[in-house]
Amino acid sequence: MNTVSLSLTSVRELNEQLRGAPDAGSAPGWRVTDPKGAHAVAAGLTGHVQVQIDGHVGYYCAGMNQHAAITVDGHCGTGVAENMMSGIVRIRGNASQSAGASGHGGMLVIEGNAGPRCGISMKGIDIVVGGKTGHMSGFMAQSGNLVICGDAGHDLGDSIYEAVIYVGGSAASLGADCVEKEMTPKHRSRLQDLLSRAGMERDLDRFRRFGSARKLYHFHVDHADSY
Amino acid sequence: MAVVDPRGLRPSHTFPAHVLAEIHRAADQGVYEIRGFGTKRPLPGFDDLVFLGASMSRYPLEGYRERCDTGVTLGTRFASRPIELKIPITIAGMSFGALGANAKEAIGRACTAMGTSSTTGDGGMTEEERQSSETLVYQVLPSRYGMNPDDLRRADAIEIVVGQGAKPGGGGVLLGQKITERVAGMRDLPEGIDQRSACRHPDWTGPDDLAIKIQELREITGWEKPVYVKIGASRPTYDVALAVKAGADVIVLDGMQGGTAATQDVFIEHVGIPTLPALRQAVEALQALDVHREVQLVVSGGIRSGADVAKALAMGADAVSIGSAAMVALGCNKAVHVEDYQAIGTEPGYCHHCHTGRCPVGVTTQDPVLEARLRPEQGARWLRNYLTAMILELQTIARANGKSHVLNLEPEDMAALTVEAAAMAGIPLAGTSWIPGKG
Ligand code: SF4
Repeated sequence: MNTVSLSLTSVRELNEQLRGAPDAGSAPGWRVTDPKGAHAVAAGLTGHVQVQIDGHVGYYCAGMNQHAAITVDGHCGTGVAENMMSGIVRIRGNASQSAGASGHGGMLVIEGNAGPRCGISMKGIDIVVGGKTGHMSGFMAQSGNLVICGDAGHDLGDSIYEAVIYVGGSAASLGADCVEKEMTPKHRSRLQDLLSRAGMERDLDRFRRFGSARKLYHFHVDHADSY
Repeated sequence: MAVVDPRGLRPSHTFPAHVLAEIHRAADQGVYEIRGFGTKRPLPGFDDLVFLGASMSRYPLEGYRERCDTGVTLGTRFASRPIELKIPITIAGMSFGALGANAKEAIGRACTAMGTSSTTGDGGMTEEERQSSETLVYQVLPSRYGMNPDDLRRADAIEIVVGQGAKPGGGGVLLGQKITERVAGMRDLPEGIDQRSACRHPDWTGPDDLAIKIQELREITGWEKPVYVKIGASRPTYDVALAVKAGADVIVLDGMQGGTAATQDVFIEHVGIPTLPALRQAVEALQALDVHREVQLVVSGGIRSGADVAKALAMGADAVSIGSAAMVALGCNKAVHVEDYQAIGTEPGYCHHCHTGRCPVGVTTQDPVLEARLRPEQGARWLRNYLTAMILELQTIARANGKSHVLNLEPEDMAALTVEAAAMAGIPLAGTSWIPGKG
C-alpha cells in the first residue's frame, strides 16, 4: 500500500502520482491521508487503480474518473465524481450538492445522504444513495439510474429525460415532467442489481420508480405553463 | 418612377410590417419565435468609428514592404503551453449539431492553413474537427453534452462557457428536426426531441466555485492548457474582474451582435449589450486589475471585416473571434438554391433559419442532401480566402497608422462618428476631444 499525506504532498503531486500508477491487478493500492477538505483530490484518474482517502474532501473529488476505484472514508464537497466515465466511487459519509453531475458511466455510491441536485444532468452513470437526497435531484437527468434509498427532496427529476429514478422513501414533490411509473419485474431486477453492486441490502417492496412523462420533449403550447 | 399613392397610405412606425407579421404569427402559434443568426436591429458598432491614419506626428509604414506582424499568444498567465496564433482572428464555438460535419471540417482546415484556432461547441468534439484542426479549443458548457476527459486532454485549450452574446443568461436550443442519430448519440438523448441545454453549469455557481472548477480542469489536464472563460456581454466590468479572480488565462467576450443557431428572437434582440461598450468595459476592468495583456481578451459579436478587427484590437482586444461571418464565407445567405430558401419561407439575404435544419447552402444542416452542397475543401478555400482578405485589410490599417504589429493599434488612432459610439467606446467624437461622460 502506497500512502500519501496531503499535509506533506500537494494535490497536484498526488494526482500526478495516481495517474502514473500501474493498474491495480499487480500493484498495491493507494491510501491518501489528511485531505482536510482539499479540492480535486484524485480527479482525472485514468487507470484501474484503487484509492482510499481517509478524511473529508472538498469539491470535485474523483472528477471525470475513468476506471479507478476510489473510496472516501469521510464526507465530500460539491460535485463528487462529476462527469465520471467509468470505475466506482464510494463515499462512506455524506455528499454535498451536484454529486455525480453529468456522469457518463461507472457507479457512484453515497452511503450517507446527498445534497441538492444529486445526479443533475446525468448521462449514463449509476448512482446509489443510502440515505436522502436534496431538492432538484435528477434535474435534466438524461440516462442512467439514480437509486435513493431514503427520501427525495422537492422537485425530484425535474425536466428528466430517459434516466430512471428509484426511491425507497417518499418524494417531497416531483419536478416538471417527472411521473411515477410502474415497478415491473424487469425494473425490480435492475434495482436489485444496482443495490447489490453498491453493496446495500434493502427491501425492494419499498421502492417506487419515477421517470419522464415525455410531455416536454417537444414544445407544445398547451404545456406552456410547465416551462 | 416613384408612384404617388393618392390614398396617402401611411405605414405605422410603431407597427411596421415585420411587427404586424410577428403578432399574427404569435396569435396563430401561441409561442415565441425561435430563430438562428443574430440580432437584426441597428446598433452602435465598429462602423461608427474611423481611424485617423498617419500624418505629421505619426509616420506610416510602406503598404507592401514594411513588416506588420499579426501573431498573438493566448494563455500566458498560468498555462504551461500557451496557444500561438499566426493571426488574431479565431473561429468561435459552434456545435456539431448546429453545424453539419462538412462545415466543421471546412472550418478546421481553414484554421489550420491560416495558423489559427477553431472551437468545438455544445455537443462535444467530433473526430473530423480534431483531425482537421491543428489548434482546437474545447468548450465546457452547462449541458456537458459529449463532455469527455479524453477530449479535454487532446484539446489545445479549454473554454468554460458562462454565456453567449446572443443570449446571456440563456441555454442552447436545438430543435428536434436537427437531432439525427449521430447528434443524439453524442448528447446521450433520444433522437428527434427538442434539446434545451441548461443555462447554468451543473456543478458550480458563482466565481468562488468557478475558481475551484478551473483548478479541477487544470488538474485533469496537467496544468498545460490555457483556460478561457467565455461571457456574454451583460455586465463586463464585474464579469471580467470575477473571471480574472477565478483564474482565467483568457477572457472571451461575446457582444450582443453574436450569432446563435437557435434562440428566442426576444432574447436575441432584447438581452445583452452591444460589443462596442462591452469591449471598452472589459478592457477597463483588466486595466484596473493591472492584467491587461497578461490575461488576454478575445472579443466577438459582429466582426465582419479587417476594419472591425483593427478597431477591436485598437480598443484593447488581443484577438477577435468570428462565427456568423465565417458561416457567411461558407455560403450562408448566398443567392444560390433560391427555391430552397423560399421553401423555408425566406430569401437569400434574409435567412435566419438555421434552427430548421434545412439550410439551403449546407452549413447548418444534418440532412445529407443539403450538407453535400458544402464540400469541405471548397468551404475551407472560401474561409481561408476570407481570413486572408481580412488580415490584409487589418495590416493596411495598421501600417497606415504607423504600426509594425497589429497589437500596437491604440484608442488614440481612432475617432467616433456619433455621440453614442463616442460614449460607448470611450473614443473622442471626431473633430473634438470630447468623450461623453468624461468631462
Ligand atoms: S443560409 Fe443556412 S446558415 Fe445561413 S442563416 Fe440560412 S440556414 Fe442559417
